[in-house]
Amino acid sequence: MSSKRIEEIANVAIRFAGDSGDGMQLTGTKFTEATALAGNDLSTFPDYPAEIRAPAGSIAGVSGFQIHFASRDIRTPADAPDVLVAMNPAALKANIADLRPQGLLIINSDAFTDRNLKLAHYDEDPLPRLREQFTLVEIPMTRLNREAVKDLTFSQREADRSRNFFALGLMYWLYGRPLDATVQWIKSNFKGETQEANRRVLLAGYHFGETTELFPVSYVVPSAKIEPGRYRNITGNQALAWGIVAAGVQMGRPVFLGAYPITPASDVLHELTRFRHFGVKTFQAEDEIAAAAAAIGAAYAGQLALCTTSGPGMVLKQEALNLAIMTELPLVIIDVQRAGPSTGMPTKVEQGDLLLAMFGRNSDSPLPVIAASTPGDCFHAVLDAFRIAVKYMTPVVVLSDAYLANSSEPWRIPDADSLPRTPVALRKDPSGFEPYARNPETLARDWVAPGTPGLEHRIGGLEKEDVTGGISYSPANHARMQELRVEKVARVAQDVPPAEPTGPDRGDLLVVGWGSTQGAILSAVEEAQGRGHTVSALHLRWLSPLPANLGDVLGRFRRVLVPELNGGQLAMLLRATYLVDAHSLSKVAGQPFKVREIGARIDALLSGEA
Amino acid sequence: MTAQKPAAGLSKRDFTSDQDVRWCPGCGDYSILSNVQKVMPELGVPREKVVFVSGIGCSSRFPYYMNTYGFHTIHGRAPAFATGIKIARPDLSVWVVTGDGDGLSIGGNHLLHTIRRNLDLQILLFNNRVYGLTKGQYSPTSRLGMKSKSSPQGTIDHPVDPVRFALGAGATFVARTVDVDAKHMQETLHRAHAHKGTAFVEILQNCPVFNDGEWAEVEDKKTRDSASLVLRQGQPLVFGDDENRQGIRSEHGRPRLIPLPPGVDPVEAGVTVHDERTDSVAYSYVLAALARPKFPMPIGVFRAVGRPTYEDLLQDQIDEALQQRGRGDLRALLTSGDTWTVGG
Ligand code: SF4
Repeated sequence: MSSKRIEEIANVAIRFAGDSGDGMQLTGTKFTEATALAGNDLSTFPDYPAEIRAPAGSIAGVSGFQIHFASRDIRTPADAPDVLVAMNPAALKANIADLRPQGLLIINSDAFTDRNLKLAHYDEDPLPRLREQFTLVEIPMTRLNREAVKDLTFSQREADRSRNFFALGLMYWLYGRPLDATVQWIKSNFKGETQEANRRVLLAGYHFGETTELFPVSYVVPSAKIEPGRYRNITGNQALAWGIVAAGVQMGRPVFLGAYPITPASDVLHELTRFRHFGVKTFQAEDEIAAAAAAIGAAYAGQLALCTTSGPGMVLKQEALNLAIMTELPLVIIDVQRAGPSTGMPTKVEQGDLLLAMFGRNSDSPLPVIAASTPGDCFHAVLDAFRIAVKYMTPVVVLSDAYLANSSEPWRIPDADSLPRTPVALRKDPSGFEPYARNPETLARDWVAPGTPGLEHRIGGLEKEDVTGGISYSPANHARMQELRVEKVARVAQDVPPAEPTGPDRGDLLVVGWGSTQGAILSAVEEAQGRGHTVSALHLRWLSPLPANLGDVLGRFRRVLVPELNGGQLAMLLRATYLVDAHSLSKVAGQPFKVREIGARIDALLSGEA
Repeated sequence: MTAQKPAAGLSKRDFTSDQDVRWCPGCGDYSILSNVQKVMPELGVPREKVVFVSGIGCSSRFPYYMNTYGFHTIHGRAPAFATGIKIARPDLSVWVVTGDGDGLSIGGNHLLHTIRRNLDLQILLFNNRVYGLTKGQYSPTSRLGMKSKSSPQGTIDHPVDPVRFALGAGATFVARTVDVDAKHMQETLHRAHAHKGTAFVEILQNCPVFNDGEWAEVEDKKTRDSASLVLRQGQPLVFGDDENRQGIRSEHGRPRLIPLPPGVDPVEAGVTVHDERTDSVAYSYVLAALARPKFPMPIGVFRAVGRPTYEDLLQDQIDEALQQRGRGDLRALLTSGDTWTVGG
């Protein structure tokens, strides 16, 4: 038994960083699972390069995974990690600026060779200086790892692959995480000597922590008070895929995905392809346009159809989307946004596609837009999007982003029976059928699939005559149809819950956000309330149409601040729609907001500096 | 396709919609429409199971005139829309109508990939070698040097040949027919429909407004026997009238003309016997490369071979998944893998 001191702490943020070949994402994921099992609330931020395998030891190849966990409710992966595990000098260089002062810095000292220091562009050994600023712990992980597997027949190269399990085992000991689940996972995912090596090295890391003098203390983070229920970890992309499956089940229609591979959306395609036994058909198209076209074809044929894409693909789909608007077919388009313009930074986060989703097509061509705010919310956002798409016969855009896509959070598993059941009825009755006759309440036309006797009709992108759907070039008819298309999307507001600020419903400042910034905004607003400010937060889920009472809510606050990971797109919409003097807090760095960045702007606005 | 019961008592009129047809007088599209409407009731497919899908261009107005299901989509993408429809509903009879600009210029990519996937679709490409709807620019099939509004000095674009394009994409069925030859077109449409897989049919179509007489040699009754070679399975490649009969022999990948004086048996004279089912794409290529004025233009089925369709292969995978995992259960999915319970 270890006789070391155990200290209780409320929360800690750890960042694992190494070469993209070092298995940092896996290490982070396993640590996350163990942390969830320990009952903590948690939030993660995987940050990895777009290059599949950048040269080993180079800064371009550094991959990081940050996890923040606590004995209380948390919403962000933390602004600055308390602990940095750096597997080589490049990982140190790329991440050290974020580590909090006096934070714990654990390095694999074996990797700090002259060659690696040079690859990381260090002119001199950085460690002496870092010793003064941080609690530096140097561990010869490569050697300790080789030692643990020396009687196996591995080559040294193969043996070195399990190094990340050493770091993982060590962190398990340091923060009192259970080992069992990871050991089980190693058993079921590796065979033979690899299995043995990974298991041994994990334990070796753990025992090293226990016995070494380097760590006089270990920590416990007591479990958090979490809403009772059954939980799992889920990433945004996985939640999207499962939400799509659930939509098919709850609405009683087969699902069709048309997709073209694109980072960071491809995982949704991969995941959905596993669900053929749910009646899900996935089609990998020849390009983004064909993916949209095939999905619209499937929607026309009566299926719950969708596309998954990211910025550059979203641009290519706009012409097809406009056809779906014109032919009034239900369709869901998921845009997992990434940093642009052009190819930009494919693995990095940005909220740059809001105005593209709203206005990126020729003519006035509105459609509903919903944004997911957390990884788990991606599941519900997709369900809502399909429900609205079918109810109003319209394409609906779901906005996610690279941060939600790959981050995970503990997600309370919804009871399958409690999910809304909204079976879809396609029209079968030929009597009195007109292709563009509308439901008086929703303005939706009927959904009719080919194969239905007596309802043969033609649709297309040419302007339609009201009611009959025949081709029409009449000026009055065109004006009427434009009005109807706009009005139909406006009526979706009937299904958009009213805007309800978190915090007082009037005051000095309302911080309005959308999408993945929710955690950072709520945390910043709560902290500002703690500093005595009368500030509230409002997070918009539906961006088109906006909640019917939004204008009133905005009017009850003296100032409005809109933090966004773009140049101020929602701020522009709010200013244009409500003539409100919304201040924009814009960040386009390919990184999520830090809580303090928003907090500082709140303070500045309320002290009259901004 | 497996034989379906004839659609009870339907006639050409039942497949004619109430829309006024808006092509220019004398356009080749009229006769194509009439032949398609004539063939439809003979196919034995219930009217509600038929879907016509088009892109943009003169030809793409086609679905509006068919009293079936119809979808007039966007420029060049009709094959992709049709792909989605067919994957979603393999029981439907899906027909793509496109043109040389729509199918081979803006939509070349989709045509290529749709053909190689071999969904059970019919693709009718109306080739008039010009952009009609935009009023007379040269198209990707226009002859080199053609003078048009956008090429007053003559085109410098080497043209693409639809049949060779389709063969290159791995088509399992490739045919060519002519707008004015009602009998041949109807026969070809029957063959295309009967083929299980993507049936690609080039229809030579006259645009009297912007490219009149482009196909005159093969359309005109006086010249067509010597200007075209009608392909028939198992028959020698013979063309010309009785006085001037010639045959074609495929020799090491090159065509050679063989004169056939009266009384000479073509096969004995070494004329190649047409085989649309041969494994060798090379043979189909030799045929497709036959060009006027030296050689006759082949009309008929170049290639008709069997290969599993995309939708059948997909269904196999679905069946396999169902067999291995049973019908999907949402609750089981949501609670699969590592989960934990937080007590109340
Ligand atoms: S422009 Fe040519 S192809 Fe188009 S409708 Fe007129 S004649 Fe036919």
